[in-house]
Amino acid sequence: MHVTSPVREPLVQGGKTYADVTEDICRHVEGAPTKEWKIAFGISLLVLGYGSYCLAWTWWEGLGVWGLNKTVGWAWDITNFVWWVGIGHAGTLISAILLLFRQKWRTSINRAAEAMTIFAVLAAASFILMHMGRPWMAYWALPLPNAFGSLWVNFNSPLVWDVFAISTYFSVSLVFWYIGLIPDLATIRDRATSKVSRLMYGLFAMGWDGSAKTWSRYEYISLILAGLSTPLVLSVHTIVSMDFATSVIPGWHTTIFPPYFVAGAIFSGFAMVQNLMLITRVVYRLEDYITLEHIETMNKVITLTGSVVGVAYITEFFIAWYSGVEYEYYAFFNRMTGPYWWAYWAMMTCNVISPQLFWSRKLRRSITFTFFISVIVNIGMWFERFVIIVTSLHRDYLPSSWAMFSPTMYDIGDYLFSFGLFFTLFLLFSKYLPVINMAEVKAVIRSTSAELPKKIAGVAKVRHDLNNVGQRVPSYDKDKE
Amino acid sequence: MKNSDKRYWRGLEELRNDEKFVKNAGSEFADAPTDTQYESLVDGTGSNRRDFLKVLGFGMAAVSLAACETPVKKAIPYVNKPAGEFPTLANWYASSYTEGGDFASILVKTREGRPIKIEPNDIGTGFTGIGARVHASLLGLYDNEKLRGPKKGDDTKVSWESVDKEIMAQLGQIAAKGGAIRILSNTILSPSTKSVIADFTAKYPTTQHVMYDANSVSGLIKANELSFGKAVVPSYDFSKVKTVVSIAADFQGSWIAPEMFAGQFAETRRVSSSKDGKKDMSRHYQFETTLSLTGSNADYRTAVKPSQLGLVVSALYNKVAAKTGGKSISSANIDVAHLDKAANDLVAAKGQALVVCGVNDPSVQVVVNAINGLLGSYGSTINLDAPSYTRQGNDVAMNQLVDEVKGGKVDALFVMGANPVYDHPRGAELAAALPKVGLSVSFNDRADETSSLMKFICPAPHYLESWNDALPKAGLYTLTQPTISLVFNTRQAQTSLLKWAGAKDDYHEYVKANWRKNVYTQGGKGDYESFWVKSLHDGVYMAPSTATGAGSTFAGDVDAAAAAIGKTYKATASGLELALYENVGMGNGSAANNPWLQELPEPVTKACWDNFAMISQFTASELGFAQGDVVKVDFKGKAIELPVMVQPGQANGTVAIAIGYGREKAGKSADGVGKNAYPLATFNNGFLSFAPGEVTVAKTGDFREVAQTQTHGTVMNRKSVLQETVLGQFQKDPLAGRFIPKIPTSDGVVDATNLSLWNGHEYKNHSWGMVVDLNTCYGCGSCVIGCQSENNIPVVGRQEIINSREMHWMRIDRYYSSDADVEDLRGLEIASENPEVTFQPMMCQHCNNAPCETVCPVLATTHSSEGLNQMTYNRCVGTRYCANNCPYKVRRFNWFKYFDNDNFDYNFNNDLGKMVINPEVTVRSRGVIEKCSMCVQRIQEGKLTAKRERRTVKDGDINVACASACPTNAITFGDMNDSESRISKLLAEEIEGRAFHMLEEINVRPQVSYLTKVRNKDAKAAKEVAPKEHA
Repeated sequence: MHVTSPVREPLVQGGKTYADVTEDICRHVEGAPTKEWKIAFGISLLVLGYGSYCLAWTWWEGLGVWGLNKTVGWAWDITNFVWWVGIGHAGTLISAILLLFRQKWRTSINRAAEAMTIFAVLAAASFILMHMGRPWMAYWALPLPNAFGSLWVNFNSPLVWDVFAISTYFSVSLVFWYIGLIPDLATIRDRATSKVSRLMYGLFAMGWDGSAKTWSRYEYISLILAGLSTPLVLSVHTIVSMDFATSVIPGWHTTIFPPYFVAGAIFSGFAMVQNLMLITRVVYRLEDYITLEHIETMNKVITLTGSVVGVAYITEFFIAWYSGVEYEYYAFFNRMTGPYWWAYWAMMTCNVISPQLFWSRKLRRSITFTFFISVIVNIGMWFERFVIIVTSLHRDYLPSSWAMFSPTMYDIGDYLFSFGLFFTLFLLFSKYLPVINMAEVKAVIRSTSAELPKKIAGVAKVRHDLNNVGQRVPSYDKDKE
Repeated sequence: MKNSDKRYWRGLEELRNDEKFVKNAGSEFADAPTDTQYESLVDGTGSNRRDFLKVLGFGMAAVSLAACETPVKKAIPYVNKPAGEFPTLANWYASSYTEGGDFASILVKTREGRPIKIEPNDIGTGFTGIGARVHASLLGLYDNEKLRGPKKGDDTKVSWESVDKEIMAQLGQIAAKGGAIRILSNTILSPSTKSVIADFTAKYPTTQHVMYDANSVSGLIKANELSFGKAVVPSYDFSKVKTVVSIAADFQGSWIAPEMFAGQFAETRRVSSSKDGKKDMSRHYQFETTLSLTGSNADYRTAVKPSQLGLVVSALYNKVAAKTGGKSISSANIDVAHLDKAANDLVAAKGQALVVCGVNDPSVQVVVNAINGLLGSYGSTINLDAPSYTRQGNDVAMNQLVDEVKGGKVDALFVMGANPVYDHPRGAELAAALPKVGLSVSFNDRADETSSLMKFICPAPHYLESWNDALPKAGLYTLTQPTISLVFNTRQAQTSLLKWAGAKDDYHEYVKANWRKNVYTQGGKGDYESFWVKSLHDGVYMAPSTATGAGSTFAGDVDAAAAAIGKTYKATASGLELALYENVGMGNGSAANNPWLQELPEPVTKACWDNFAMISQFTASELGFAQGDVVKVDFKGKAIELPVMVQPGQANGTVAIAIGYGREKAGKSADGVGKNAYPLATFNNGFLSFAPGEVTVAKTGDFREVAQTQTHGTVMNRKSVLQETVLGQFQKDPLAGRFIPKIPTSDGVVDATNLSLWNGHEYKNHSWGMVVDLNTCYGCGSCVIGCQSENNIPVVGRQEIINSREMHWMRIDRYYSSDADVEDLRGLEIASENPEVTFQPMMCQHCNNAPCETVCPVLATTHSSEGLNQMTYNRCVGTRYCANNCPYKVRRFNWFKYFDNDNFDYNFNNDLGKMVINPEVTVRSRGVIEKCSMCVQRIQEGKLTAKRERRTVKDGDINVACASACPTNAITFGDMNDSESRISKLLAEEIEGRAFHMLEEINVRPQVSYLTKVRNKDAKAAKEVAPKEHA
C-alpha cells in the first residue's frame, strides 16, 4: 500500500536504516541535555517566570492593569487567544487531514506539530482564563449541574461554543498525540538503561508489545482519531470566528469569517511549524528527516492559505463598499486609514505580500528565507487579529465612544507568559520525547529508498563496513555498541 | 423457645397478655411516641434517635455554613427604635440647598437616619429641577476631610466653651475700644441669618456685613440702580420669551439661577408632532467668547472677543432703537454675524423679547436695560419688583474690605462660608494681611485657604445637618431642616453668633420665631403651629405676591454708558485675550472637594479633573499648540501653567480658563486639581471682571493629557445616531430630519425593523421605557450625578478617565457639526470653527433584541418580563463580550475594585464616605460588568407600594433618577403598556413624528426613544435628508 511516486525525492535522506532512525531520534531523549537546550530552556523559564509575575499581578489587581477601556473591551487578550488557537491548527491538519490524504511526508513533522498544537491550545486557553474579570468563576461557563436552581449556560453565546470547541479540540489532540507516541515510548523503554527511565517510559507505553495485532489496532485507532480530528480542524477556528461573526459590531459581523479564519489558522500554524522544525532539525541534526522537500511543501501550503487569506481581505473590503452600510464601510475605511493604519498595513504586508514570494522556487527552498518569512507570517497573523478586534471596536457605532487602545507592560507581560509556557513545554517535549514519529518514519523509509544508497551512514554503515555485505537492515545489537 | 415448656416472660403484662402489651410487643421501646407525635423536631415535643442524628447533621452543617459566611461588620440593631424610622423604608424631608447664593428647593431621602439622595422639591416654586452641584452636595455631607470640631490655631482639641469664652472676651475688648468688626460672606439668602447678623450688630454696633460673590453680577445690580433706582437682580421669566438674545450670559449654565432659567426656557422649546400640537419655538441668539453650555444650545451663536462684548451690546441697542424709535447712541462700528437678524427678531417679538448679558460692567448692563426697555420686556419677561436674591454680592464693598484689612483697620473678622483668599482676585493680598486682624474667626467646615489663616475656626455643619431658611426670590420663603444629627462636633454659625451676642436662643427656635414675626404675617393661614408644620413639610411658603413689575421705566443715562463702553471696548483687537468662565459642574470651586463633581464631565468640553487653557482650533494652529501642550498664560506678570484644550466655537484670538480649580486646602479630591484662575481676574471701576485683557501664552514644553470622557467631537454624519432638523421643515413635516432605514426584499422595500430573527418579548404587565427629548435636553449633566448618587457609581479618578474607563451609567454625548462634505470621512472628524452642538443623553437602551444578552456565556444579562435588560452582577464572570457587542457602548466594566482601595481614594475608601451608599443598590465587585438598570430598585419599590395598597401602579408612582433630576423634564419615564401614562401619550403623538430609536437599522429595538432635535434656524441652513436604502 505504501506507494510513493518515483519522481519524488525520497522523504528521508541519508540512506537511513530502521536502526538509524531509532538511533538518530532516541539519541536526544537518552542523552544528557545539550548546552543549547539548557540555554534555551533557561531563557524559556526566565520568560515564563516574568510572565507569571505579570499574570499574578493581573489576577491580583484586576484587569485594569491592561490597557483596555470602556470601548475596547478586548485587545491583546483575545488577539493572543485567537493567534495561539490558530497556530495550533497546523498540528491537527498535518496529523489528521494529511494522514487521511496519505501524505507520507507528514511523518517527519507530525509529532512535533501535534505537540505544538497541544501547547498552543494551552497557551490559548490561558488567555480564556486571563481575560475574565473573575477567572475564579470560569467553571460557570461549563454546563455543570449546580445548586443555583435552573441556572445553566447560555447556549446562544459563541463563547460557550468556544468552550466546547477548544476543550474538545484539546482532548482529541492530546489523545491523538499520545496514541501516536506509544510505539515510540515502547522503543525508548526497550532501550532504556536506567530503571527510572524504563519505569516511566514503560508506564506511558502502556505495555506495548509490538505484535501485529497491536500494530493493527494502532493503525485503526490512528485512522479513527484522524477522522475525529478532521472536522475539528475546520470547526474550531470556525467557532472562534463566530465570537466575532455573530456580533453586531461593524468589522466583526461578517459571514466570510469561518473560512477566512480557518485558512488564516493553517497559514500561521504552518509558519510556526516551520519556525520550530527549522531550529529542531539543525539542533538535533535531523536534516535527513526534515528535508528541503518538507520545507518546500510546507511553504506551498503557506502560500496557498496566505492567498486564501488575502482574497478574504479583499472580499471584505469589496463587501464593505458594496453593501452600502455606512458603519461597515467606515470600519474598513478606518482600518486602512485610521489611527491604526500601521497595524492594518503590517497585516497586509506580512500576510498577503510575503507568502507570494514563495512562488520563487529558490526562495521557498531557502532555509533562512523560509525561517524569516515564517516569523513575518506569524507577526502578520497576530496583527490580523489585532486589526479585527481593536480597530473594529475602537470606532464602532457611536462616535462619542470612540477611544484608543494602547498596551501596558501587563498586556505585554501576559503575552510573554504564553510564550514562556509554550516554549518551556516544547523544550521539555523535545528533550524527553521523540520529536519525530519513529514508527511512522520507519514505515516510509522502505518505500522511499528502495535500495541502499551508495553513500550510507549511521549504524548501518558501521555494520556494512564490518561485514562488507549489502545487508540492508542489520539487527540492532546494543551490547556491541 | 417457642416449643419449650418453660416460658420466660418479661413482665407481668406479658404473662397477663395485656391488650396494650400485645400491641406494642413488636416495638423496641414500648412507650415510643407515634410518628405524628414527634413530627415537629424543633418545638421540643421530643426526639428519637434518628432525629438526634438529623439535629446533629443539621448542627454540623449550620456551624460550618455559619463559619463560611462573610463576617458581618458593625451591624448594630436599634436598642430603641427612633419614632417614624423603619429599617428599609425611606423617609423624605423637604429642605433647601443654599450654597453661596445658589438655591434649590429639595427633597432629601434618608434611609436608617442617613441622607442618601437629593431630589427636586417639585412644589411649584419655579425652581424646577436641580443642578449637578445640588445632587452632589449630598456627598459633601460625608466629606471625610472636614473639621471634627472647633479649632484654635493648630489646636483641634479645644472645646466650644473655651472658644466661646475667648472670642467673647476679645469681642468685648474690641467693642469697648470701638474697633471695626466685619462679617464676610457670600450671598446670604436666609432672612433669619441676616436677622441674626442684625442682632449681632445691635450688640456690637461697629459690625458691618459684607457680601461678595466669586462670580459676581454686582454690575447688573448697580445698573438696575442706575436705570431704575432699584439695586436688585430682577426676576427673569424665560418661559414667556419668543426671542432671547444673550450676550455672554450663560443663563443655562452659571448665570444667576441657571436651572430655573433652563426649566422655564425649555417650555418655549418644547414642540409636538401631533396635528394640533405646539409647533412654535423661541429663538435664541448667543454672542459670547467661550462655547458655553447656553451658547451650545443657541440657534444662532456668534463668537466674540471679550473686548468686543460691550460694543455688541451698543450696536444691538442702535439696531433695536432704529426700529423702535429709540434714540441712537455713539458706538464704534462692529461687524458681528447675526446681530441684524437678532435685532429684527427682538423687535418682532416685542413684549416677548429678552436681552440678558453676563458682562459684570454697569455701563454695559445699563445699555442692556435700555434695550429691554425699548423692547417692553419690563413687566413681561423681566420683573424688577420681584427681585431674585441669589446674587447679592457687592464687589465695591468687598474691595473696600480688602483695603481695610490691609490697612489694619479691622479688629475682628468673621468669615461665613466664604473663601476670599482662594476665590477673590485679591486673595493673596488678603492672605498677607489677615494676620493683622486681631480676632479672626471662620465658620467654614474645613481649614481651607482662608480659614487656615484665621485664629479660630468654628466649623458650621453641612446644610443637611442644619436649620435655616432662605428667600431666593421675593415672596418665596423656604426652610432648611436637618436630616441627620450632627456628624461632627460642629455648630451652626448663626448659633455661634447668637451666643456671642449674648442671646439665649438656639437657631432652630430663632428661625421659628423669625418666621412667626416676618413670614407668618404675610398671609399665613391657620394657627402658627400648623403654619410652621405645613411650611416645614412643604419646605416652602409662597407669600401671596402683589408685585407685577409693570411700569418700570428705564431712566438710565444710556449716552454716558455708551461713552463708557466706547472707552473700555474695542471693535478690533489683535492680541490674545483672556476670558475666565465658570464651569457648569465645578461652579466657583467652593464644592471642589467633591469627587462626583470633579469627575462630572463639563457639558461642552467633556473634560473633568482639570481646568485648561481653551483656545480655538484656528488659534491653536496659528500658535502651533496641540491639545495637552502645557502653556504658560501670563497676564501682567501673574502667570499660570495649564494644558491646552482645543475648543471649537471659542472666539479666535482668545484663551479661556475656568474658575473653581486649583484649590490648595480643600481636601484630597480637590487639592492640586487644575490651577486657580481667580488671581487673573481684575476689577473694572471696582467691578469684578472676568475679561482682564490681553495675555501672552507660551509653550513650556511639558505635556499634560486632558481627561475627557468623549474624545471624538463630531457625529460623522451618522443620521441613525443623531436626527435633527430646523423648525421651518418640522412645521411642514413632523418627520423632517428623521432617518428611516428601508431594506429592499423580495416582497418589496420594507422597514429595517420588519425583518428579525427573533420572536420578540411579550410584556403582559408593564413595559418600562423612556423618551428623551433632544430639544429640551440642554446637556447640563444633572442626570449624570443624579444617577451616580442613586446607583452607587464609583469615582475612578483622572488617570482612569484618560484611560477611557469612567463608570457613569448615564452620559451625555455631545456632538459638534462639521463643515466637511458628507463623503469626506476624514474631514468629518473635524468640527466646524463655530459648530452647532447637540446633546444626546445615553444610557442602556434596554434593547428588545439585545446584542449583549445573546453573547453572555453565563446568562448574567437577561431580559425581564417588563422590558428591562437586567444585569446579574453575581453571575457575571467578566468576559466583557456584552460590552463589546453593545452598539451604544453603555456597559461599564469594573476594571479594579473601586471600594476600599487606596488607589481610588474617594468616597468609597472611607467609612464616612460610604454612608452615601444607597442600600437598595449593590456595590459592584471587581471584574463584573454594570450598566443602567433603569433604576430597577425604584420600579420594584413602586410596584411593592402599589401592591401593598392593593392597586395597580399609577403613572408617576415611579420615576427614574435621571428623569427626576432633569431640570427641563427632557426625559420621560413610564409604562408603555399603560395607555394613560405620559410616555404612552407622548409616543402616540410622536410615533409618526420625532420619535426615533437610535441605530434603528440594526434592529435591536430599544425601549428608549429619542425625539428629534429641532433648531429654530432658517430652513435654508438645513441639509437635504434623503431616506437611505440598503442594497
